[in-house]
Amino acid sequence: MELFRNVNVDWLGKKWYFLSFSLIFSVAGIISMCIHFAQIGSPVPLGVDFKGGTQVQAQFQQTPDTNRIRQAMDAAGIKDVRIQGYGPASNNEVLISLPEQQNEASLDEGQKQISDALQSRYGNPFKVRNTSVVGPTVGKQLERQALLATLYSMLGMLVYLWFRFQLIYGVAAVVACFHDTLITVGAFALTDQEISLTVIAAILTLVGYSMNDTIVVFDRIRENLRMSRRESLPDVVNRSINQTLSRTVLTSGLTFLTVLSLYIFGGEVLKGFSFALVVGILIGTYSSIAVAAPMLVAWQEWRARQGKVAALPAAKRARV
Amino acid sequence: MKKNLNGKVALIVAVLAVFVFGIFGVSWVPWPGQAPKPLIQAMTDRVHLGLDLRGGAHLILQVVVSEAISAETDNTVGRIQQDLKTANLSFSQVYKPDPAKPALIRVEGVTPGKGSDVRSLLETKYSTEYDVAGGGSDSSYTVTMKPPVVTALEKKTVQQAIETVRDRVDTLGVSEPVIQEYGLGDNQILVELPGVDNLDRVKSIIQSTARLEIHAVAGGPYKDEAEALASAGGVVPSDEELIQGSGTVGTGSESDSVWLLRRVSVVAGSDFRSADPGTDQNGRRNVRFTLTNVAGDKFYDYTSSNVGQSMAVVMGGRVREVATIQSAIRDSGEITGSFSPDEVEILSKMLRTGALPASLTYLEDRTVGASLGQDSIREGLTAAIVGVLVVMIFMLVYYKGSGINADLALFLNLVILLGFLGFTGATLTLPGIAGVILTIGMGVDSNVLIFERIREEVRAGKAASAAVDQGFAHAWVTIIDTHVTTIVSAAILFMFGSGPVKGFAVTLTFGLLANLFTAVYISRVIFDAHLNKLKPGDLVSI
Repeated sequence: MELFRNVNVDWLGKKWYFLSFSLIFSVAGIISMCIHFAQIGSPVPLGVDFKGGTQVQAQFQQTPDTNRIRQAMDAAGIKDVRIQGYGPASNNEVLISLPEQQNEASLDEGQKQISDALQSRYGNPFKVRNTSVVGPTVGKQLERQALLATLYSMLGMLVYLWFRFQLIYGVAAVVACFHDTLITVGAFALTDQEISLTVIAAILTLVGYSMNDTIVVFDRIRENLRMSRRESLPDVVNRSINQTLSRTVLTSGLTFLTVLSLYIFGGEVLKGFSFALVVGILIGTYSSIAVAAPMLVAWQEWRARQGKVAALPAAKRARV
Repeated sequence: MKKNLNGKVALIVAVLAVFVFGIFGVSWVPWPGQAPKPLIQAMTDRVHLGLDLRGGAHLILQVVVSEAISAETDNTVGRIQQDLKTANLSFSQVYKPDPAKPALIRVEGVTPGKGSDVRSLLETKYSTEYDVAGGGSDSSYTVTMKPPVVTALEKKTVQQAIETVRDRVDTLGVSEPVIQEYGLGDNQILVELPGVDNLDRVKSIIQSTARLEIHAVAGGPYKDEAEALASAGGVVPSDEELIQGSGTVGTGSESDSVWLLRRVSVVAGSDFRSADPGTDQNGRRNVRFTLTNVAGDKFYDYTSSNVGQSMAVVMGGRVREVATIQSAIRDSGEITGSFSPDEVEILSKMLRTGALPASLTYLEDRTVGASLGQDSIREGLTAAIVGVLVVMIFMLVYYKGSGINADLALFLNLVILLGFLGFTGATLTLPGIAGVILTIGMGVDSNVLIFERIREEVRAGKAASAAVDQGFAHAWVTIIDTHVTTIVSAAILFMFGSGPVKGFAVTLTFGLLANLFTAVYISRVIFDAHLNKLKPGDLVSI
């Protein structure tokens, strides 16, 4: 069985369609992030890891009633409580959150108060499955760590690709990665999902994964360029994409299936993580074809118009 | 041309045996004289489960190192005063002007002519650890602890805090606790306690700064702070401090009282050699203590020259007991007070395991209940099994015979991955399980790369073995590139991530490393074994 025999699509010719597609999603994501920023002060809903505060995950025996829970909290004098359902309704689970405490000495009390209030003022028997109390210091630290990690990742990729190919390949790949990250984070904003530490981990993994696809296409472009110096660059790039299409779609498809399995069966804790991977893998595959390759060609054409070079010089000899 | 594969097969079998050992150890083998452990238990002994799968508590504590610096400089203030007195150099005060800068001491009001004497005294005695500056027209000097000394003291404080916390956690009987330094030089401690889901008692034990100190009483008891301030002339002198006292202390009344105590303690913390709960002849609970020899001498000097004065026992920041010095005490005594049995017990434990060198504040506190942990295991395993099955079936359908090759390589990939985890004692977390699932998807990528290339070569008309050769040769470079980039991502995640995220980075990295071996070496050997059996002109099933 073979899905992609003798494919011959003019990918570069379609670059305007791709560009509009990317623009639509990017802009939608950015608008959603701006709206979120105006409403809650951050572009995407932030999990307790970054936002700080107290979060208690409670599972009730009977269907929990959000209003009665809020009443119980009010009666106990607990202010600024946020109550959300967690997971599928059949779980009877609720997340009760308190905002960040500036004073770390009182960090712990919120959790106990919530628990006591539920016990004494709301008659539904419950079990606390998970609690998180994050002070402002740690929240800031984690934010800083997440940002640094993302920056170093992209930098590392750039350097690696510069070393293996040429600078322009590295830049094109990093731009594609950036595009992927933007759309993935936008997806979180659009679907109103929280970003936690594990989601950042997923996004960083995507950066690595998106590079994979891009590298496969670039490898093929480099090989084909070495073999035929008279073909125009757009033709070489098209041919390379067509040749690697089978492999790209298959591996992305397989990884996508495993990640989909994670999203469906993997439980609530990993939902954000698997959602990021599901979106990211799709977009990452798309971007190798629709963003990285056209950018390579566009750059070369720009330089050719400047009169600097005639064609893309073959990348450095591959060092294994 | 048939290849000799015996050596290669032997290598593969040996490698696999090593990693299976990594997963299970040898405790499941019925050695003579030892009952074999069940396999599952043998495995969980070696592959540790993270808190998010096992349930437990995760705490991040901040060591307030400025307190330790402050205690040290308080000590130095005392010594400077003593030294200046002994050398007959007068001064108006030696104090720390800024609570936010605990390393800074000022000496003020030195007689103008004696400036150089003071300076040389300070420099001779203190210049190894302090920088001395000043001596200008205002006749004052600053003595500042040197930054390297401050850093060294901070580090030492954190280490001591870790030791103390570890001792205290040991007394709780938690299995496999984790207590270690955390963060990038921020003086923080990570404490992980598997299986603990009620933190209250644990926290009070860990965090208790039940420091026992004895201070000289400068004034009191007062009804409240206002009265204390009034008697001191409106402002608390710099070498004294206001401490609250519990109700019945000294006044015989129920309400709290306030005392003015000398800031520098007579004896404190590490001066105590032992402490035990007991009862005195009236049946009241007390703590019997002994001091170290050096502290005993100091205490003797103090008590013999201050008979008739009062001294206060301060515990946990509150005055617990005030006593009048009847006669000189050397190194053993009793503190009697209205303690509850719990308090006496905790105090003794604290004194035995040593006082915390500085107080600890909580930065982060997460608890995962055991039931959530179990659900997570179940869900993670389900997702993993479904993922593996889907991939394996697809490979069989799409690549036919070679699909078996890929599936076998995938299975062995997982075996080696688990073996890695067993060997390194790495912890498996829920994101770690996700990492395994991702490894499956990405690992199969290598096989697809090779197989697609082989198909291309076959289409171009090459014979079976040549096609296989070319397939592996061309794909190798790309496989290296893709694995390296993902492993670099994972390495960065490992450096910057917290516990569960580290687990993910670890399984992903090990999985990809294992994949290099299985998808390239093992697959190749299987192909070669198959090719050996083919007659010339036969096609590879792919």
